[in-house]
Amino acid sequence: MSAIELDPTVVGPVPATRRWRGVPGLRGTGVAGHLSALVLAIAGVVAVFGQWLAPHDPDLTNLSYAFVGPIEGHPLGFDSQGRDLLSRILAGARSSLLGPTAVVTLAMIVGTFLAVATAWKGGRFDRWVSAGLDVLFAFPAIVLAIIVSVIVEPSLMSATIALSIAYTPYIARVLRSAALRERARDYIAALEVQGLRAWIICVRHLGRNLLPLIVAQGAVLFGYAMVDLAAISFLGLGVRPPQADWGVMVSTGQSGVLQGYPLESLSAGVCIIAVVIAVNILGERLTERANSVTR
Amino acid sequence: MLKFVVRRLMMLVVTLFVASFAIYSAMYLAPGNPIAALLGGRTPTPEAIAVLEERYHLNDPFIVRYLRWVGGALRGDFGVSIQLRQEVSTLISQRIGTTVQLVLYASLIIVVVGVALGIVGGLRKGVLDNVVIVATTVSAAVPSFVASIILLSVFAVNLGWFPALGTGEGFVDQLRHLTLPAVALAFSSIALVARITRSAVREELSREHVQTAVSRGIPYRTVVRRHVMRNAAIPITTVVGITVASLFAASAVVERAFSLNGIGAYLIQAALSKDIAVVQGISLVIVAIFVVVNAIVDFLYAVLDPRVSLGASAA
Repeated sequence: MSAIELDPTVVGPVPATRRWRGVPGLRGTGVAGHLSALVLAIAGVVAVFGQWLAPHDPDLTNLSYAFVGPIEGHPLGFDSQGRDLLSRILAGARSSLLGPTAVVTLAMIVGTFLAVATAWKGGRFDRWVSAGLDVLFAFPAIVLAIIVSVIVEPSLMSATIALSIAYTPYIARVLRSAALRERARDYIAALEVQGLRAWIICVRHLGRNLLPLIVAQGAVLFGYAMVDLAAISFLGLGVRPPQADWGVMVSTGQSGVLQGYPLESLSAGVCIIAVVIAVNILGERLTERANSVTR
Repeated sequence: MLKFVVRRLMMLVVTLFVASFAIYSAMYLAPGNPIAALLGGRTPTPEAIAVLEERYHLNDPFIVRYLRWVGGALRGDFGVSIQLRQEVSTLISQRIGTTVQLVLYASLIIVVVGVALGIVGGLRKGVLDNVVIVATTVSAAVPSFVASIILLSVFAVNLGWFPALGTGEGFVDQLRHLTLPAVALAFSSIALVARITRSAVREELSREHVQTAVSRGIPYRTVVRRHVMRNAAIPITTVVGITVASLFAASAVVERAFSLNGIGAYLIQAALSKDIAVVQGISLVIVAIFVVVNAIVDFLYAVLDPRVSLGASAA
């Protein structure tokens, strides 16, 4: 008897080959999908517990250690203010990941609502909302973030709101066409004939069938949001120094780069790249899976 | 075809007007008192305030001020920067050249490298294709500002092949100064173009008419050139166009990283110092470029794919 047969994750009809098919929820995403999910899980843990995992105080400055390279107990060395870089990377994970999470959540909620509502109602409502979203499309995310930063004091919050507005039309457009396809299916008509209220059909049936696509789009969007938010913080219009944040660290490390001490910018940049690669691969695999199911 | 063009142009004009209104009214909400900015700490007499309000039309109703602004913008006049006491259009025209050069240079890199990688990946299954997939997966994840920092660190500081900052004098020197920024700006877009090109080539290769052509003994190169690439050009043109349109906004980040004197870096500087008129003007210019380039892409799409205009007139 092999250990695989005891695996409680194998449920339902016994497959022809008794291979372990992957973590539930990640099935069909392959090795790359599982590795990406692992990277994201680690990043998530660091984002939540990073402050306590940090070996030193991330905000403690000690100018006599400025730009000192890796030494014992400080595997990444120090930044221009003599702060421990590893601790700042760990502490900076929080805002670097919290921002994109908030952007994706906000844009997904509003975008999904608009998509389902326009696909359901159709007619004039659909035309007006779609026209409004088309205008919003004309604003690149960065420009929108810059405009918002003039109206309110720049912060992670203002950047998050700006990006959520910028991404909503994109989500709404992708999901609207999927919702339209789903709306034309027979089961929706059957439910309508049964006299179910529209919003119940939308939430319980239409929404549930769109869920794989919503999740996949969310993953793709997370990558964009992470890059754009970090760019906004890099420009000084999002998270502000001295707070530890990956985008801010790439920016504050730039003076070090020109003096030949690139470690602060590079280590923060590598963290951003690693998370974005993981989320892109996962998003791609989930999209493939969502499309193969709905077709 | 004509009907399609007219409809698209009308959409363009409406979008621009709504966008200009959104930009103007958003900036109207911005905190800060232009009179205080003009006086810079001096205590004014009520008469002086009245004169300033008159000169900068601060007492007019919102809608009148908007119409004056948008009317001026149509003639290329974006008002006056209250902080610098200079025409915004002058400030923009001094800087837009750098941005245009940077975007064109980056576009060239994106088209050449992206399409080439995509064609290689699409035509050669196996090792080369896998190399293309891995390379594009990584480069798609590199934000332009991280690419800037890495390029600065390696090629400017350590190897010293390229200058680190600034714009340079004369054509060759400017090209040298803009090379690293252009590569940084192009980096992640190359992946997008390569991916789309690859899948377009793959799709066309599997078409029946292509397989027929191959089986009839027409040389492979000819088949690729005449049948595969001609049809694959449609999605490639679209993705390149959309990418180039977005570069004008994205270049702000790279300009800032390399201390280039373009409109993007200036927009950020103006936003940080709350120079409202400049933010309004440059935002409108960037949005206008974005919308116009997208419209051009749609026209090109209709030219390359005659089915589009048929579909539009039937609707």
